[in-house]
Amino acid sequence: MTTKTIVVVAAVSLLAFGAVAGDITGKITLKGTPPPEKPIAPLKGDPNCGKLVAEAPMTTFYVVDASGGLADTVVLLKGVEGKSTGASAPAQVIDQKGCLYVPNIVAVQTGQKIIVKNSDPVLHNVHATPTVAGNEEKNLAQMPGGADLELSFAKPEDFLRFKCDVHPWMFSWVTVVDHPYFALSGKDGTFKIANVPPGKYTLVAKHRKAGEASQEIEVTDAGATANLTLELK
Amino acid sequence: MATALCTLGLIAVGGLVTSHGVGMSVPDWPTSYGYNMFALPVSMWLTGGVFHEHTHRLWATLVGVLVVALTRWVGGRPARRSLAIIGVGELAGGQLLLLLGPDWKGAGHFLSGIGGVVLLAAVVWVRNAPSQAPLPKLAWTAFWLVQVQGLLGGLRVVLDAQVFAGTRLGVWLGVLHGCLAQAFLVLTALIALLTSRGWTSGDWAACLKPVGGRLFNGLILTTGLIGLQLVLGATMRHQHAGLAIPDFPLAYGRVWPDLSAEAVARYNQQRIETLAANPITGVQVALQMAHRILAVAIVGSVVWCGVRVRAALPQGHALRRLAGLWVGLIAVQFGLGAWTIWSNKAADIASLHVVCGALSLVTGGLLCAISARLRQVAASQPEAAATPLTHGLRPNEAGLMAHR
Ligand SMILES: [Cu+2]
Repeated sequence: MTTKTIVVVAAVSLLAFGAVAGDITGKITLKGTPPPEKPIAPLKGDPNCGKLVAEAPMTTFYVVDASGGLADTVVLLKGVEGKSTGASAPAQVIDQKGCLYVPNIVAVQTGQKIIVKNSDPVLHNVHATPTVAGNEEKNLAQMPGGADLELSFAKPEDFLRFKCDVHPWMFSWVTVVDHPYFALSGKDGTFKIANVPPGKYTLVAKHRKAGEASQEIEVTDAGATANLTLELK
Repeated sequence: MATALCTLGLIAVGGLVTSHGVGMSVPDWPTSYGYNMFALPVSMWLTGGVFHEHTHRLWATLVGVLVVALTRWVGGRPARRSLAIIGVGELAGGQLLLLLGPDWKGAGHFLSGIGGVVLLAAVVWVRNAPSQAPLPKLAWTAFWLVQVQGLLGGLRVVLDAQVFAGTRLGVWLGVLHGCLAQAFLVLTALIALLTSRGWTSGDWAACLKPVGGRLFNGLILTTGLIGLQLVLGATMRHQHAGLAIPDFPLAYGRVWPDLSAEAVARYNQQRIETLAANPITGVQVALQMAHRILAVAIVGSVVWCGVRVRAALPQGHALRRLAGLWVGLIAVQFGLGAWTIWSNKAADIASLHVVCGALSLVTGGLLCAISARLRQVAASQPEAAATPLTHGLRPNEAGLMAHR
């Protein structure tokens, strides 16, 4: 190893690990008993979609594990603006499978490419209905085996609704964020926001049904831990 | 009469479109997925919500053509010139819109299509005389109304995303489209009544029994209340928020629900809706309460009218039978309303509720028209009013039943 190589390796390590960033980790917990989920009966009743499933799939409003960990919660830093790296971020894929959007809770950055696929032998109609000015509404039909659709949104928006007008039970909720510092909680309610520059932030957790919670945090080189609780009234 | 029946069918399909929440499943208009409306492949027509929306469009075309034919028939020979002028004008206007650019393509094709049909009606050379006094006017009203209605339906699809007064334009136009449909149905039913054999050749003097002023006002007021109720109903339907209140007769377990912001947030947390995804608002809950209260008021006043008509008119009288039908319809309608809630707004039941509401309004309108006519005849022949009734309005009744 030459001296030159050592210097380069040291410089790269410093950039990557020194004084640059930490991870925020934690868990989202739901307090209170959520209402029971319902079978999506119209899906099973539809002549085309009904054939694709053995029985009516259940709604997935509250995905909670035994310890109260709540999935599908968008966790993000508040007050960070104009830091989007969406243009270079890998595309987020939303599939239409069994006459449902998969996944149905999504988070992307502004300008990030969203690819909508149709894996069904059924005509779908991808209808994005933003409510924030600057985000463009799209209503596109997609035939079975049709080409993938590409969408992106310019402005931050919470739970931007994608629906299918042919199958009125089909929804996907896409939260658009203006920076890369966000995550979706997993099945056990845990989340990890990687590479956050050190500093003081407000961390917000948003669930489409359960509502919001927030917490002040300080991120150091070692990262930060934050556990938030959403409450059902 | 065929027109009235078809309109009722059209409202039923329209009701299905909103019940299933598939109004936008065909995102373009007047084309369907880029196809000419009449050339959409059957395989696509039979796909999910497309079926309801596309059927609604085809059916609407049939009604439109029928109304134009009706105008030509009722308007008689003099209508030919007006129809020709309008037809040519609309054809020209439509072509002009097409020249204006792609944004106007839809409206252009729509207008040209109507113009063509209208012109065709004008060409029909039958030299029939126009019908009696108010009929041509009514037919012409229907003529314009049906075109505005078609345009509204189209705009509802095309302008869906525009926002007006904080609500999507699609919602506003949808409500207007739904209400106008009801008004149009009443109008066509009136035309059917006025052209029926019973109305034109019925022996009015023989069955004279004036309807009292109070009862007459009651009929009008009740019909007005039903109209208002339908506006409330249309507003709720087109917000696509599902059931604003999931229980009945109580509302969120109380006689009057808590409308505070926290309470509404709580309602939304507890809602598991498979179809209507929009969160509910306090206004929607209040609207639903108004709909329930008005329903009780309507049941009360319809029953009052029914009792009064029963007391005033002899058995077998057409008006009395019609009033009996009205009471029955309202009872069924009330039950359907409750069932809509208990079934968690099952699409078919909600649509039946719309159709039954339309029928109730039409029956009210017909009752008003017949009693107005009875009062008119009675006023012109005061001595006849005193003669006791021996038989009812047989032919007229036959006409009414045929309309059903
Ligand atoms: Cu679909």
